[in-house]
Amino acid sequence: MNITPTNQILAVITTSREKVGGSAPIFYVNDESELEQVAIYLARIFMAAVHDLGGGVYIIVKH
Amino acid sequence: MTTIVIATFAGLMARLYMLRRDYRQYPSYPQGWAIHLFIGFIGALLGAILVPSLIEAEFAAVSFLLMAASQFREVRNIERSSLEKLEQNELVMRGTAYIEGIARVFEARNYLAIWTAFITAVVSESAAQLDWWAQIAAALAAGAFAAWLLNHLMRGPSIGDIADVKMTDISFDGPILVVGGVSMMNVGLPAARERYMKQAVAAEIIPRDVDAKATLANIGQMQAIAHDAVAMVGVYMDVGEQEYTPLVRRDPKSGKLVMVMIPSEDNQEAFLEAVSNVPVLETAIRKPLRSVAGRMMDGRD
Repeated sequence: MNITPTNQILAVITTSREKVGGSAPIFYVNDESELEQVAIYLARIFMAAVHDLGGGVYIIVKH
Repeated sequence: MTTIVIATFAGLMARLYMLRRDYRQYPSYPQGWAIHLFIGFIGALLGAILVPSLIEAEFAAVSFLLMAASQFREVRNIERSSLEKLEQNELVMRGTAYIEGIARVFEARNYLAIWTAFITAVVSESAAQLDWWAQIAAALAAGAFAAWLLNHLMRGPSIGDIADVKMTDISFDGPILVVGGVSMMNVGLPAARERYMKQAVAAEIIPRDVDAKATLANIGQMQAIAHDAVAMVGVYMDVGEQEYTPLVRRDPKSGKLVMVMIPSEDNQEAFLEAVSNVPVLETAIRKPLRSVAGRMMDGRD
């Protein structure tokens, strides 16, 4: 039986360091295209969805 | 003897007839058919033997039969547990309400087979004075009619009967997917948003009355719509691609449901047909209009 946390932030990907913080893994990237690329990789690894919080902050959440 | 054979045969045929009709509800593989036909056969035999033993006033035999009949309750448990085990293999889950509905149907159909056999046996016994062929013909006719009638009575409505289903528009408000004016979810990736704009189909399910509105508000019903629409038209997604999971959401203002999915092929007619044909779950049906408060809310009293 697989146990995966659902409806939790699995990772945060951002271009702006000052906007994020906390206990979830945070990935800092340089620009929008890298942001998208890292988000896709992480989403596929976690089998989870990517959500856009605006201002260059993406989160990965499994539903 | 004629009665028992003919009634068992009629009950078994009734079970077979009902098995044919649920191809979509539950993928019956040859093994599944064998299991249900055999259980149906036992049920038919019980129904058939009931009549001669009542006529002979063998009440001990009758009570044994009733005890055996209680075994059919097990059928529901078996179906439920096997569907629940298979649930994690579904791309889009059936949901527990749908599973419960299917399990109930399988249990109920055995009782229908018993009833068919019983009715056939009663007719056969009362026609026993006639010549042999006439007895068989009368019994079989009664059995066929009983099977048809019971099956007809057991048929539940589908979504198309309680609501109007039509296509609706898809747009994005920033990252938020908006379908028919209802916010569905936050789609983060631009590539996924583009795919939604290009390939997705969306439907509005507008309830026709207050009863339908209450029925559609059931979460199990919403999940069943998503599952069955996917089962019929196919879905463009892989394991773990949660962006493309078909979604059913409710508009709190009007009580309508909206559904969006990315089908494997873009055929809007087929999609609407699929959504209309989703069965209304027995456990989801609500009838607020049968209460005074419900009618007051609807402005009828």
